[in-house]
Amino acid sequence: MSASTVNPVGSRGPARDPRVAAMLSRRRQRRNMVAAGLCMAATTVGLALLALILATLLWLGAGGVHWSVFAHSTRPPGSGGGLLNAIVGSLIQTGLGTVIGTPIGLLVGTYLSEYAGNSRLGGAVRFVSDVLLSAPSILIGLFVYAVLVNPFNGFSGIAGSVALAVIVIPIVVRTTEDMLRLIPVSLREAAVALGAPKWKSIVFVCYRAALDGIATGVLLAIARVAGETAPLLFTSLGNLNWSTSLTQPMASLPVTIYQYAGSAFDDWVQLAWVGALLITFGVLALNILARVVLRPRV
Amino acid sequence: MSSTMNETSARMPEVDAAVADRARISIRNLDFFYGSNRALKSIFLDLPEGKVTGMIGPSGCGKSTLLRVLNRMYDLYPGQRATGEVLLDGENVIAPGIDLNQLRSRIGMVFQKPTPFPMSIYENISFGVKLHERLSKSAMDERVEWSLTRAALWDEVKDRLNTSAGGLSGGQQQRLCIARTIAVRPEVILLDEPTSALDPISTLKIEELIDELKRDFTIVIVTHNMQQAARIADQVAFFYLGEMVEVGAAAQMFTAPSERRTQEYITGRFG
Amino acid sequence: MPEHIVKSYEQELKRLSALITGMGGMVEAQVAAACEAILHKDGEAANRAIESDPKVDAMEREVEQDVIRLLALRQPMAQDLRHIVAGLKITGDMERIGDYAANVAKRSIVLTQFNLPFALSGLSHMARLVQENLKLIVDAFGESDTDKALLVWRSDEAIDEIYNALFRELITYMMEDPRYITPCTHLLFIAKNLERIGDHATNIAETIYYAVRGIPLTDARPKGDVSAYAVVRPADDQ
Repeated sequence: MSASTVNPVGSRGPARDPRVAAMLSRRRQRRNMVAAGLCMAATTVGLALLALILATLLWLGAGGVHWSVFAHSTRPPGSGGGLLNAIVGSLIQTGLGTVIGTPIGLLVGTYLSEYAGNSRLGGAVRFVSDVLLSAPSILIGLFVYAVLVNPFNGFSGIAGSVALAVIVIPIVVRTTEDMLRLIPVSLREAAVALGAPKWKSIVFVCYRAALDGIATGVLLAIARVAGETAPLLFTSLGNLNWSTSLTQPMASLPVTIYQYAGSAFDDWVQLAWVGALLITFGVLALNILARVVLRPRV
Repeated sequence: MSSTMNETSARMPEVDAAVADRARISIRNLDFFYGSNRALKSIFLDLPEGKVTGMIGPSGCGKSTLLRVLNRMYDLYPGQRATGEVLLDGENVIAPGIDLNQLRSRIGMVFQKPTPFPMSIYENISFGVKLHERLSKSAMDERVEWSLTRAALWDEVKDRLNTSAGGLSGGQQQRLCIARTIAVRPEVILLDEPTSALDPISTLKIEELIDELKRDFTIVIVTHNMQQAARIADQVAFFYLGEMVEVGAAAQMFTAPSERRTQEYITGRFG
Repeated sequence: MPEHIVKSYEQELKRLSALITGMGGMVEAQVAAACEAILHKDGEAANRAIESDPKVDAMEREVEQDVIRLLALRQPMAQDLRHIVAGLKITGDMERIGDYAANVAKRSIVLTQFNLPFALSGLSHMARLVQENLKLIVDAFGESDTDKALLVWRSDEAIDEIYNALFRELITYMMEDPRYITPCTHLLFIAKNLERIGDHATNIAETIYYAVRGIPLTDARPKGDVSAYAVVRPADDQ
């Protein structure tokens, strides 16, 4: 009723030229199509390569899968034999490496996320861990050779496990830190507001909230080390005979593949393909398992 | 009658008849600093026992900061410090040497967003209790039921105590957080915008709950919703730019505040 | 006081004030016409006063609608809340004033049939005071002026005193000659109505005072109307 129409509120500003708008719109659409096409092409190439690898593995490896592969250890060429010692060796070294590396990684990651803050030590630890994460694995093998093999006069399963653990640590450090940092401040404050000391709020609240992410990180680490060859060459060496002794050289799938694949004997080459197939699908199975078990719960 | 800090900066604010009760917490000449930034400026305020004190004011006015001083939440962050006195039973809780975990068991806090812990409903309650008491299984069961009942949540969750708290609705989660807080049996409950993430019906349930709880607990609530402060608070304090401009009975503050800035803020004329 | 952040709210509040001030002006004119009708036997003015009554009623309903809408949609606080609720109360008082004015006008038409041997000077004085107060109170509302409101509040006592004097005077006339009973009774009611208009103006003054200041006018209201206790007896010697 009163002077409500004094200001021309709601002016829409200067009018725009519909022809220019249409031209710009067409140009945007063309660019969009080009970009989308490039993305599709790149995806196709990537997927095709992956499919090719899997197909080659299946083509050359599946034929050699036989119960004797899991029943016998490696034997001289032409006398049959399987990969039992390599499979068990891989399981032992990967398992032990994970068991050694995970707690260390977890504690370091927790330190970095919860206690280090922006301190100089924290920065240094984070930097070293990141360097380790991208260090060539052969260097890690050489390091463990210098520390555990040379002084004790012998290659051993434990040395191999330690080498793998050194690879596991930075991966777990990174995922632990990242996952703990993702936990909202409000959750920590809520625990502290109830009168919980800091360590209790980390152990009982933060770890449980970050469990899925940390476990995924550990599984990634396992998948990574299960296929490592280089660090084992200088540490557990490989063993053609059955041995589960941690102080003796120990066989492993990657090293066996490495040795067999380049040999002149057809049955060894065949076994190498089978080993490659086993590692690949083992890791794949682990990944799928992780996704199923750790699917975000509602 | 409400009084203002401008007129009475030296003496304590006179207390309205409606809130003339024993002060559970007395804040005396409190200053708070984020680094060198003075976020609270000589605050004097009494939080009467068994009453709801509402704190209102624009964002960044210091009301949440004041809440976080009361339970020493600011200790989590370096560079933040408080000077002055916050007296709880005659003891200055911002003095060094106070057992913070024990203090926080006496002054509980509920946050803006519901923060259920990633565990079962039962464990969400028992977690806090276990920090301060050793209870038998049956005593713990009783405590869980008691606190969930007080938080008006028992009937909704009694058949799924062992399921994840994440499965509750937002309003239920917030009531769980209140249950978790009262399970520790604090004397004072601090609520930092507890309903800002909730729908209107859940909000009303929380408001009803606060009304229920104020008989046994001293409650302080920070809210951006003035109608909410009007509905549930007995005493209302208005903060602006780190100062407490005015404190008074809610009925007085929302019908006839005495300070111009209060008036401009609550009628929507700010700035 | 700065303007509201929400412009439409500000406009609605202004519209409400304009509506109430408009109603005040209308009631003022109605009372003036009613007084004109008695004092100058002006039938035209009497009709004006009677006819504007439905318009005043309609305005009161409009204000009521506006107030309810504002309360529901804006949830006003503090000064705004007091202002809006005051609007509701004030228009209620104004509506009653309008009713009294119409009643005065109706009685003035009856009075034209009588030839009164006495002057209506007391009534004329009272009418002037009441109109002054009414004008003052409408201004007080428009300007949120509590001084003017206080002036109205205090001067109501004078109106009451005139009313008491008139009461005795008219009864004396009736005792002197029973033929004057009818016109004097009408005059009594007219005086009573004018006195009531003064009371409503005082109510409005109190409402305005609380709306602006936020504290109620708590002092005992000056009450000069003692006619309820008045006893006028024929002189003993008769």
